Amino acid sequence: MGDGQTTAANGVAEATLAVHELQCRRGERVLFAPTSFVVAPGEIVWIRGANGQGKTTLLRTLAGLSAPCSGTLLWAGAPALAPRPLYLAHANALKEDLTVGESLRFLLHLGGQAVESVHVDAALERFGLASRREAFVRTLSQGQRRRVALARLAAERGLQPWLLDEPFDALDAAGVAVLAEVIANHAKRGGSVVLTSHLPVPIESPKPFEVHLHEPADAFA
Amino acid sequence: MDVVNTRWRFFRYASPAAFYPLAGRLVPWFAAVAAVLALAGLYLGMLRAPTDATQGDAYRIIFIHVPAAWMSMVLYVVMAFWAAIGWAFNARLASVVARAIAPTGAMFTFLALWTGALWGKPTWGTWWVWDARLTSELILLFLYGGYLALVSAIDDVRRADRAGALLAIVGSVNVPIIYFSVIWWNTLHQGASVSVAAAPKMAAIMLQSMLLMTLSFWAYAFAVVFVRARAIALERDNRSAWAAEAVGRARTRTQTQTQARTQTGAGT
Amino acid sequence: MRGTFAAVVGRDLRLAARRRIDAALPIAFFAVAISLFPLGVGPEPQMLRQIAPGVVWVAALLAAMLSVTQLYAGDLADGSLEQMLLVPGGRIAIVAAKAVSHWLLTGLPLAIAAPVFGLVFDLSPEGIRALVASLLLGTPVLSLMGGLGAALTLGLRSGAVLLILIIVPLCIPALIFGAGAVAAVDAGQSARGHYSLLGAVLIFTGVLAPVATAAALRIATE
Repeated sequence: MGDGQTTAANGVAEATLAVHELQCRRGERVLFAPTSFVVAPGEIVWIRGANGQGKTTLLRTLAGLSAPCSGTLLWAGAPALAPRPLYLAHANALKEDLTVGESLRFLLHLGGQAVESVHVDAALERFGLASRREAFVRTLSQGQRRRVALARLAAERGLQPWLLDEPFDALDAAGVAVLAEVIANHAKRGGSVVLTSHLPVPIESPKPFEVHLHEPADAFA
Repeated sequence: MDVVNTRWRFFRYASPAAFYPLAGRLVPWFAAVAAVLALAGLYLGMLRAPTDATQGDAYRIIFIHVPAAWMSMVLYVVMAFWAAIGWAFNARLASVVARAIAPTGAMFTFLALWTGALWGKPTWGTWWVWDARLTSELILLFLYGGYLALVSAIDDVRRADRAGALLAIVGSVNVPIIYFSVIWWNTLHQGASVSVAAAPKMAAIMLQSMLLMTLSFWAYAFAVVFVRARAIALERDNRSAWAAEAVGRARTRTQTQTQARTQTGAGT
Repeated sequence: MRGTFAAVVGRDLRLAARRRIDAALPIAFFAVAISLFPLGVGPEPQMLRQIAPGVVWVAALLAAMLSVTQLYAGDLADGSLEQMLLVPGGRIAIVAAKAVSHWLLTGLPLAIAAPVFGLVFDLSPEGIRALVASLLLGTPVLSLMGGLGAALTLGLRSGAVLLILIIVPLCIPALIFGAGAVAAVDAGQSARGHYSLLGAVLIFTGVLAPVATAAALRIATE
């Protein structure tokens, strides 16, 4: 980890991610007021805000897909891109004409994760889809597709930071419970999680730390 | 982030707010210079240059055709240059200028093509010949068209500027290749060695006329590009203080002019 | 990076295999477009033979451009593109992978189908050989340039037509050298100059287009 020379809060040296006075824009409009927070290993950060406030844009910026319009973003002390975070977008990134197993294997491969059948099966099993491994994605319901996308999390061995956009969406009660457990386990092992959710996050330990996005003073600065 | 280096006061004009009034003052001068040079150039070309032995008086269109063709090519490269600067340095004004140049460049290309056709008819009997130069001009028109189409199709201004810059750079790199391939294509095919560019041997006065017309087109281009750039800059920064001030000044000026006219009318 | 490249190519080929009709559309268009010319200009064999190289090449160019519009669109819509962009070195890997898979699915089949059309236009055997060779050299250029166009016009409403307008002028050198090679051979001359120039265009495009396309992807997804 770096020597932590930033202008953010204390303890940045051990932090996975330090965000200082960050602002993002979409088109001509700045989405939220300068936001700062620090994510330590083992912490879950819950980004909250009104619709259109920029939660998804913030996550994309943390993932490295967009550049912020102001402020700084430091991963483990270095102002470089994230150490390969696992980013789960709102969209599932599944191809309709591939089978569940093929889609998941492709995503795992992209994420640098293990792709052997045993791992794929175990991940699908975790989210209750092992029996649908040879089914085409287009035959699955929205909730089932979401679970396939989430299965990547269950296959994750390392301590990559997780960036999850509305992960609990479209899940039934059982799915929510499994996901909550998977996220909590990741945090307990020392990984960090940044997620957005407009529904309450059903995780008690570790308790998610809330970060609120607010309206900026001047949206068109 | 704007690059501001206090040693170079010129960079002060890299901000749209400073550029706007300066450009506004310069436009009338450029327009005047353009008009004067055009009159001089056309006088020399149309009235004083000798009649050509083979082509008669029809060749005189060359005094518009060649400068227009030069301008069309130069403006494309200039446009690509400013677009690239705007992209590399996040310089908003550079991107504005690039966008402002495009329609003028396209206009000159069209003018070159049209005058080429007017030249071709009396000289070769047809309204169009597929010679290397005219065909390259046509392709250049498509390149301008592609740029204009792309930047208007993208709603997000930043993305449009950058995509346009990339396209213009790719286009600039390709233009020599395209030109070479068109020459190759033209010389390959039997019976197609007609060339509208077979200009008469240049008397000094013809060169002078073309030079004057070229300079006139340059001044015209500056004037028109500045007017367009001012409008685009105003539109993009329409919520800023300087824009409100500029519009306010213009409004007051118009009001004063209207008042003066009504008073004079009432007085007579 | 190589792993990503292979994975994306493999995935795209597998997807095409599952939608065989869709994958065959460019070839169908190619056949229809070529057939229009005799219908439009008359069946006189001598004239058809003369225009054959140009006709086949223009049809190949248009078929390639039409099929390239969907290159990134599907992945953009379902979120796969974002995931691919997150991989270190992912941008260049995707660009290269997409160009290769497009060529394997469009350019290569066109080159293989070309002899049939050469016969239909009564080209000489040497002419047909030259047609296939020039298409093999030239269609990769079309795939690379098409990929650039697809990245520039990613997600735009006017996508396909805009792409054609932007990219076709840039493909003109390939068209000139490719069709010119066949015409030269059919007229009994050497096409070595044409092939060299076409090869040079291919190398030039192969080196620069992926860089430009990667930049275009970044511009489009930022």
